[in-house]
Amino acid sequence: MIPLSSYLTLGAIMFAISIAGIFINRKNVIIILMCIELMLLAVNINFIAFSYFMGDVAGQVFVFFILTVAAAEAAIGLAILVVLFRNRRTINVAELDSMKG
Amino acid sequence: MENIYLAIPLASLFGAIIAGFFGRQIGRIGAHTVTIAGVGVSFILSLVALNHIVFDGGAVYNESVYTWMVSDGLKFEVGFLIDHLTVMMMAVVTGVSLMVHVYTIGYMHDDPGYQRFFSYISLFTFSMLMLVMSNNFMQLFFGWEAVGLVSYLLIGFWYKKETAIYANLKAFLVNRVGDFGFILGIAAVVMYAGSLDYIEVFQKAEQIAGLSIVIIPGTEWSLMTVICILLFIGAMGKSAQVPLHVWLPDSMEGPTPISALIHAATMVTAGIFMVARMSPLYEWSETALSFVLVIGAITAFFMGLIGIVQNDIKRVVAYSTLSQLGYMTVALGVSAYSAAVFHLMTHAFFKALLFLAAGSVIIAMHHEQDIRKMGGLKKYMPITYWTSLIGSLALIGFPGFSGFFSKDAIIEAVHYSQIPGSGFAYLMVVLGVFVTAFYSFRMFFLVFHGKERMDEHTKEHLHETPWVVTVPLIALAIPSVVIGWLTVEYMLFGTYFADSIVVKNIHNVLGQISFTTEFGFIEHAFHGLAVYLALAGLIAAWYIYLVNPKIADLLQQKLAVVYRLLDKKYWVDEVYFAVFGNGSRKLGNSFWRIGDVGVIDGFIVNGSAKLVGWLSGVMRHIQTGILYHYAFAMILGLMGLLLFVYVK
Repeated sequence: MIPLSSYLTLGAIMFAISIAGIFINRKNVIIILMCIELMLLAVNINFIAFSYFMGDVAGQVFVFFILTVAAAEAAIGLAILVVLFRNRRTINVAELDSMKG
Repeated sequence: MENIYLAIPLASLFGAIIAGFFGRQIGRIGAHTVTIAGVGVSFILSLVALNHIVFDGGAVYNESVYTWMVSDGLKFEVGFLIDHLTVMMMAVVTGVSLMVHVYTIGYMHDDPGYQRFFSYISLFTFSMLMLVMSNNFMQLFFGWEAVGLVSYLLIGFWYKKETAIYANLKAFLVNRVGDFGFILGIAAVVMYAGSLDYIEVFQKAEQIAGLSIVIIPGTEWSLMTVICILLFIGAMGKSAQVPLHVWLPDSMEGPTPISALIHAATMVTAGIFMVARMSPLYEWSETALSFVLVIGAITAFFMGLIGIVQNDIKRVVAYSTLSQLGYMTVALGVSAYSAAVFHLMTHAFFKALLFLAAGSVIIAMHHEQDIRKMGGLKKYMPITYWTSLIGSLALIGFPGFSGFFSKDAIIEAVHYSQIPGSGFAYLMVVLGVFVTAFYSFRMFFLVFHGKERMDEHTKEHLHETPWVVTVPLIALAIPSVVIGWLTVEYMLFGTYFADSIVVKNIHNVLGQISFTTEFGFIEHAFHGLAVYLALAGLIAAWYIYLVNPKIADLLQQKLAVVYRLLDKKYWVDEVYFAVFGNGSRKLGNSFWRIGDVGVIDGFIVNGSAKLVGWLSGVMRHIQTGILYHYAFAMILGLMGLLLFVYVK
């Protein structure tokens, strides 16, 4: 049987990868969106693992909610991305700095 | 009698209100009728009061007629103290005021501010009466400030004349200096005596005299000395004593009638009256008396000297007023209060006379005031000439005239005084006699005798002034001659002031004078120095300015330094202007630059704006606009929060 710690480790690694993805990536907004999705999945793995090991289904219910919200978020994110591309002709992260002070 | 006492000031006030508020409706004749009627009623009732107190031996009246408020047991009242001192002052004030009212009809004949002028001088009479009739310090202060206000209004009566505006502001400011001391003195009285009422304060005088006060740490002052000197500082402002004398010569910018009434006869003597009234306090402080004495002596002599070099007819008389006020102050300093008040009375008559005569000359000369452009007016203006002669003789103390008795009494009193400074004061007042005679007759000869130096146009129109001008001159000339003769024995050596002036036995210099009758005075005069000095001054003026006018020019050249010193009035004005005028302007300027521009505008207002600007300039570098920087900040924040929760 795989112990809880392995699941948590996997979740942490995925979370770390997604954070690293956000920071290291300087090119593409789509990759940032994907990293955010990955971050949510890492959280989901933690939820499922705890839910299973503690015998509490509430965790799995949360996962469904998160998946739904993540899907909606991905849809909105992609829609914003399309509009952004139309306006700026680019989705290069380094060039999206109109908020610069 | 209470109603009569109440009516005396109110009659004048009534005239002032009618002429002031309804001047346009009642017209010129209405204005002078109503004010003269008001002051006339005051004068007649004052004489009734005088008769009641002095001749019928009526009781001293000391009642309050109205309580304004009571605060912590301290009563603010309007009340009258009518005794021998008060009735004399009332009679003098209303009498001179009445003469000046009549005279004004002639003097201000063509002036557009005719009604306003009458309103002011009636208001002045009211204020002065409130001052002298008061039985408490609050009303005294009210009268004190009210006469100051009217003086301010009247000096600046010709408000389009720049010098007049300058002069009235100067008078007001200099008087503020004095009044500051005065109100501090009253505050000290209230603090230690717990009352504003004269009699209650006087009863506590001995108790107060035992106390002392620490003003500057490490030095202890007798409380009574402090109170008396503070009150006297007020008197110095009002009675124009050195070093607060600078306003009085400038006040001559006002119309001549008020120079006579306010700046010679009555208001400027308020300080003398006040000190005489406070004699129960002053008697307890020899230091304060010495201070008074020295200030008076300096004023008496040095201001007289300036009179010698003045060429404006009114300014000569003004410096003579300063000098005579100095004499009165000297008398106060040696505790000869009754001599001071006696000189106040005689001076009121002959100085008002001299001023009105000067005004009469000014009318005849078409408002030319320079005595170098006059001369030989004797044959054109006989009445003015003779009355001026009487006034001048009274002023220099010619035996038999009123000024003689009062001035001689003062000189003798100083002679007998043992107070510190009396030796100096004696020298000053004796030399002052010569100076007085010299400048008085210098002016007299230059105006009425000698060559006629005016231009042809003026000369053609020279004639005696109308009766409204000459009648007051004659009416004032009579007391200038006889009042001293009639009253000297009773007032100085009799019991006249027994109920109002307190003199300690050791200070009683008048009591040491052996000759007390009129004839005794005259006989004694010829054994003393003063009369000869006066005659010497008269003859010197006659010789220098009539017989041999070249000497005057020669002296002016030979003594150029002295002449310049006197002509510039010892540079007191310039020093005040440089130190206080420019000094306060510079102080204000530096406050403006440092306090206002620097601290408030620069540091607080613009400083906070600059701080925000600088801070946001720094902060904006954090706003890179790059997404992952924001994300990084969020993560850091989250981790920080987690760490915080974990550590806790």
